[in-house]
Amino acid sequence: MDPTPILALDRITKTFPGVKALSEVSLQLFPGQVTALVGENGAGKSTVVKILTGIYQPDGGAILVDGQATRFATAQSAAKAGVTAIHQETVLFDELSVAENIFIGHAPRGRFGLIDTGRMVTRAAEILASVGAQIDPLVRLKDLGIANKHLVAIARALSIDARVVIMDEPTAALSHKEIEELYELVERLKAQGKAILFISHKFDEVFRIADRYTVFRDGQLVGAGQIDEVSDGALVKMMVGRDVDQIFPKRSPDPGAEVLQVVGYDHPTEFADIGFNLHRGEILGFYGLVGAGRSEFMQALFGITKPLKGVTRIDGKIAIIRSPADAVENGIVYVPEDRGKQGAITALPIFQNISLPSLTRTSRNGFLRLAEEFKLAREYSERLELRAASLDTNVGNLSGGNQQKVVIAKWLATRPKVIILDEPTKGIDIGSKAAVHEFMAELAAQGLAVIMVSSEIPEVLGMSDRVIVMREGRIVAELAGDQLTPETLVRHAAGIETGESR
Amino acid sequence: MMKRLIATREALLAGAIVVLLGMIAFRFPAFVAPSNLAAVFNDSAPLILLATGQMIVILTKCIDLSVAANLALTGMVVAMINVAAPGVPVAVILLVALGLGTLLGMFNGLLVWKLDIPPIVVTLGTMTIFRGTIFLLSNGKWVNSHEMSPAFKAFPRAELLGLPMLSWTAILAVILLAVVMTRTTLGRAFYAVGGNPHAATYTGIDVGRTQFWAFTISGALAGLTGYLWVSRYAVAYVDIAGGFELDVVAACVIGGVSIAGGLGSVGGAVLGALFLGVIKNALPVINVSPFWQLAISGSAIIIAVAFNARANRQKGRIILKRAEHTA
Repeated sequence: MDPTPILALDRITKTFPGVKALSEVSLQLFPGQVTALVGENGAGKSTVVKILTGIYQPDGGAILVDGQATRFATAQSAAKAGVTAIHQETVLFDELSVAENIFIGHAPRGRFGLIDTGRMVTRAAEILASVGAQIDPLVRLKDLGIANKHLVAIARALSIDARVVIMDEPTAALSHKEIEELYELVERLKAQGKAILFISHKFDEVFRIADRYTVFRDGQLVGAGQIDEVSDGALVKMMVGRDVDQIFPKRSPDPGAEVLQVVGYDHPTEFADIGFNLHRGEILGFYGLVGAGRSEFMQALFGITKPLKGVTRIDGKIAIIRSPADAVENGIVYVPEDRGKQGAITALPIFQNISLPSLTRTSRNGFLRLAEEFKLAREYSERLELRAASLDTNVGNLSGGNQQKVVIAKWLATRPKVIILDEPTKGIDIGSKAAVHEFMAELAAQGLAVIMVSSEIPEVLGMSDRVIVMREGRIVAELAGDQLTPETLVRHAAGIETGESR
Repeated sequence: MMKRLIATREALLAGAIVVLLGMIAFRFPAFVAPSNLAAVFNDSAPLILLATGQMIVILTKCIDLSVAANLALTGMVVAMINVAAPGVPVAVILLVALGLGTLLGMFNGLLVWKLDIPPIVVTLGTMTIFRGTIFLLSNGKWVNSHEMSPAFKAFPRAELLGLPMLSWTAILAVILLAVVMTRTTLGRAFYAVGGNPHAATYTGIDVGRTQFWAFTISGALAGLTGYLWVSRYAVAYVDIAGGFELDVVAACVIGGVSIAGGLGSVGGAVLGALFLGVIKNALPVINVSPFWQLAISGSAIIIAVAFNARANRQKGRIILKRAEHTA
């Protein structure tokens, strides 16, 4: 078998009050190899990262460094053992220079214990060169793009002589080209003999970059081995514990009357000449590359930003939408991409969250009618099978999944005609994705018109009745039926063939 | 759960006030006589009025540093009206004070809403502008007791059911605002905007406009208090209630209003104001130097904030644990 792993977890158990987060899981990281850690949300991946970096202490089992049992009592002791983690959102300092970011906490000292700036900058330049980054160490971090910030984070990890690099969803915010550069970097780290733990939701990445895999499910180890000995279907099966052949719910779309008609939406800088219509019971996909202006247009449709011109008709009547309040009034709701930040108000109880956009209905002359609010909240929380001790519970005390339900209940309670879902499954695991898709299909079946903004081709193809493709702020294609193939979507979105005719 | 926590925090504060009163009664029993307690309440009334208004502003993630200057400017204007036209009835004076205060509050609110200037900067600016305006209006001269009409001075002292009108005004305002905060859509909007401005925007609540109303309410209360203050002390000059805005913010913080917004109640602000009022009135009686007063008020603020911080930290930890098995 392989040489001794640099770092290994042996039958680690971790319990939180009432929950067993990890149950006797093992994990080996070998020098010069990439191990992919795969699992649904809640499988225990982040708990493992926290144990590896000394943030959590395991309740049972052992951590082995070079075969020797050890303890990471603090984050510092894990760092000293050469374990470093690069997180999804880099934890760096915008206002400091690149060199300062790399060496913060362990800068080279000169006379009188003062920081030796010269040596720090030279060392930083060396490390940056070793990861193939062309970044001036004196530049301030905030002037860098996301990809370069990642490189700085990696350089920082190397500056403390890391032997184990943990990458937690490193590609989540990167463009295609930047992802390629990241792969190159991973190869370089491998060549230097580092052990890499790569956590990702994306299977193509896992197969592209990993040498080995480890699969967790519900806090337990369900499989591990060489990546070239496993198929993606087998991996998915291990992950979810069931077959996911039919990922998308079967629908029998039956579009009804037209509910929404948009004509000639223009914005000085973000989009131009947007027009389409939408029917009851229909799911309309909006596809495009990142930055094609889809979310920008949706925000204008919802009244958050103001278009230069454009007309919206709802049920054939012109609707004037100048604010989100107007949009909600007219039956349009928008579930934004960043649901954590823009979703629930955690300091308010469930019923107040659910009734918030419907207050005009549950109040009279500006005075609240709490009985009405409770009725509304009860109705919709039951519909979504929201589990909570009472509707008086603050949303902040609910689990993530239940918070999500509160947000959806809140919007359904407004009895919308059109619901806009912006990247509804971004960053969530396969199991939850299926639930969201199921739910979307159900909404459409009930006669709601759904607009789905999505960048995932399978999702767009699997869910939409019709797809509008946007590129550079304009609609470039409207596709339905047989035209809905991955190739046509990508061609239109990227401007291949049609690009020259402009 | 958070609500219950606030409730216990308010109960805790009420308990602290009772213990404080008990300790004072031990050395000076006359202090807890009903008539004296009523006097303490009356003395705290201006602070209660301003603190409830400030509470709403802080709830929406803003701060109003101009309340004391607003109070002084409105007070000076009504005093000068009284000097120029002694026959103007008190009801009209009250309306003018309320109206002018409201306008000044709206001015703050508009700058925050329409120009998107940070509230602390806006009200720091208007605070100075208001004080400067008093100087321009009065040429730095005082309006003294003998220049004011008897009716003008009598109103805050006039007694109804054993309590002076000053106290009644505070009680009325507190009841009114408690209803607004718990029973109206505007009150709900204040909590939503402070709790999560992004989410509030998407539910159709205009964050800027909600903050505008918070400043307007705060300004109205400051204006009303302006008249009551000037008539009660029977003097108006540039520097009245100088630095009072800090007492007002302190009362809110002691009353459990979170400086980060979204958390607080009318009851908390009232209790915070009463706590400061009791300290201010009791310590001279039991012969404690005024410097100790400052130290005690200061400690109360820090203890209150520490309580707040601890409550928030616990909340964070609970989320993390649950997030572990869901996320």
